[in-house]
Amino acid sequence: MSEISTSSAATTAPMPSSRFYVKEHHPEHGTLLGFWMYLMSDCLIFASLFATYAVLGRNYAGGPTGAEIFDLPVVAVNTSLLLLSSITYGFAMLEMQKKQLNRTVLWLVVTGLLGAGFIYFELSEFIHLIHEGAGPQRSGFLTSFFALVATHGLHVSFGIVWLITLIFQIKKHGLTPENGRRLMCLSMFWHFLDVIWIGVFTFVYLMGVLP
Amino acid sequence: MSAHQEHPSHAEKYGDQDGFDVHHHDHTEDHGSLKSYTIGFVLAVILTAIPFWLVMTKAIGNSSTAGFVLLALAAVQVVVHMVYFLHMNSKSEGGWTILALIFTIMVVVIMLAGSLWVMYHLNENMMPGMSQDLMQEAVPQMQTMPGMK
Repeated sequence: MSEISTSSAATTAPMPSSRFYVKEHHPEHGTLLGFWMYLMSDCLIFASLFATYAVLGRNYAGGPTGAEIFDLPVVAVNTSLLLLSSITYGFAMLEMQKKQLNRTVLWLVVTGLLGAGFIYFELSEFIHLIHEGAGPQRSGFLTSFFALVATHGLHVSFGIVWLITLIFQIKKHGLTPENGRRLMCLSMFWHFLDVIWIGVFTFVYLMGVLP
Repeated sequence: MSAHQEHPSHAEKYGDQDGFDVHHHDHTEDHGSLKSYTIGFVLAVILTAIPFWLVMTKAIGNSSTAGFVLLALAAVQVVVHMVYFLHMNSKSEGGWTILALIFTIMVVVIMLAGSLWVMYHLNENMMPGMSQDLMQEAVPQMQTMPGMK
């Protein structure tokens, strides 16, 4: 990094603002920025699934419409579970900053349970739909619906796996800087999934039941 | 459990030795306080409750108006989450996160708007070739499109 800035400084005028070229001596920063890049690319995956749903979302092929199959109270419960899990993860991060190991683990467990509740309701919705004959093969609408919502659910499931792994790591090694960095990454991942869910409940569920 | 209790103190010592402690304080400033999480949570609850209430009580009769209101509320809520939960600001990571975010938003807008634009026109241009019953089955919303009589 320093070589780049010196060579460019030699060829051109000295750079007054070199805030992008500061040599990183913080090991966390590289990881967090890299993880943010991953989240942005994940964002593109969801954007293409949203685009697919936007194109196919009203192609019912004579099958059920969104208004017929979406159970809004269940979606509201799911939304609140995910929102609550976001704030409980925030509490876990605050306890981590205060180096309170037990409380951090406690809030992480609460977060994991809320996430598991979310997955439970989502899976029971999917199973119900498939038993009703409204599986992903029924129509373009249902294909794009399952692709989008299940991809989000899969992310949440892997988030829970990651969460459990981290709880064991913290229990075993304590709140080391490495574990702090891992918790930061999962925090970004978890909040990011909540942001995606805003799009899902608004665009798929709420707008799906509009006449 | 008690065996693990000494690890945090060990971690702090380790942090001091390696100079981790200094930047860890910077970190706590970047990554939220109880106040910011609470503000974010309250705003998010309000911004979630309004759209659900709007749709479940059918407060807005016109579908397209309701759709725009829902999308606007969702956009505001995304910003709230970004600021209060993901702690986005123009300075984090030397400005690289916001740059990546702006680039991503740009690509996403092009992708979404482009897909909808192209597919809308594709559907419209395909219309004459499609038989009436197939059209009703496959694309019922086309009946409301401006080109269709």
